[in-house]
Amino acid sequence: MTTAGGLWLHAVMRDPDPARLTGLTGVGGGALRAIAAAGLTAVVCPVDLAEFGAEPLRGNLEDIGWVEAVARTHHHVAVELSQLGPVVPARLATIYLSDESVVGLLTRGRTGIDAALTRVSGRIEWGVKAYTSSAPRPTPAVAGSGPGTGADYLRRKRAALSARSEAATAAAACAEELHRALAEVAEASRRHPPQSRGLNPRAASMVLNGSYLVDAARGDRFAETVAELASGYGAIEVELTGPWLPYSFAIVPVEETPDG
Amino acid sequence: MADSLALTPIALVDLLDRVLATGVVISGEIVLSIADVDLVYVSLRALLSSVSSVRAVTPQPFAPQPFDPVGPA
Repeated sequence: MTTAGGLWLHAVMRDPDPARLTGLTGVGGGALRAIAAAGLTAVVCPVDLAEFGAEPLRGNLEDIGWVEAVARTHHHVAVELSQLGPVVPARLATIYLSDESVVGLLTRGRTGIDAALTRVSGRIEWGVKAYTSSAPRPTPAVAGSGPGTGADYLRRKRAALSARSEAATAAAACAEELHRALAEVAEASRRHPPQSRGLNPRAASMVLNGSYLVDAARGDRFAETVAELASGYGAIEVELTGPWLPYSFAIVPVEETPDG
Repeated sequence: MADSLALTPIALVDLLDRVLATGVVISGEIVLSIADVDLVYVSLRALLSSVSSVRAVTPQPFAPQPFDPVGPA
């Protein structure tokens, strides 16, 4: 029985040793394979369109277990490939129907892909997230606190509200300052949208979801800098993730001018 | 290697921030539309609200790790 096949694009590289791909499998369990053109190499693996075709794919996206397995495999392969040279990972679920289409991608996208490879070469990414501090803040003293009158109650409530909004304002200011300081020592920086409520229990208080591109050799130093800066801010709590492959900087413009 | 796997658990939400929003996207014959990406987040949100939200955030230690950012296999 034959099933229609597609090609899951894992990543684009410059010139990885094809022999080193032997034995590696990709999303769906297929063997990794190199397709070279225009001085670039796309690393793909065969996938069954019964699972990865446009229609079944849409259904599978609603199955978060499926999404997680695929995303983690995709990530794992990119990390493996990074041992062989700079990598521009493909966006999740970029699927081609033939080798020729992949060659077309490499040829048309050459300039943008090459620039992205240069940008990420020898570099890593750190994620820095900041949240409004949950540490108890001194509540402003309100005269006559205690059971008191309705007016007292309202006054206390107003004071608490304004303390909370002051905390949020202070946190936002600290986050801006932290981001500026980190962007200055990083090769490049990028802010992701704050993670939405429901995905991250602390999303409501998230004031920074940043990514910073750093030379791999200075990666540890950057993490130390984050810790040093973070300890200077009382208004925010800072969380470091990574080091990541430089995903957030491996961006290739959607359309490239055709090359000849 | 196994040690660094254990040391660097990657929260799915942080991974999705990256693999869904970056990378080569030129003219794949099948690519995720913005609606598809939204769908992924809707599924993730449903899962997290039904199970527990603990998985969404894995606090990362500040201890610098060597450049071997291997995620769980």
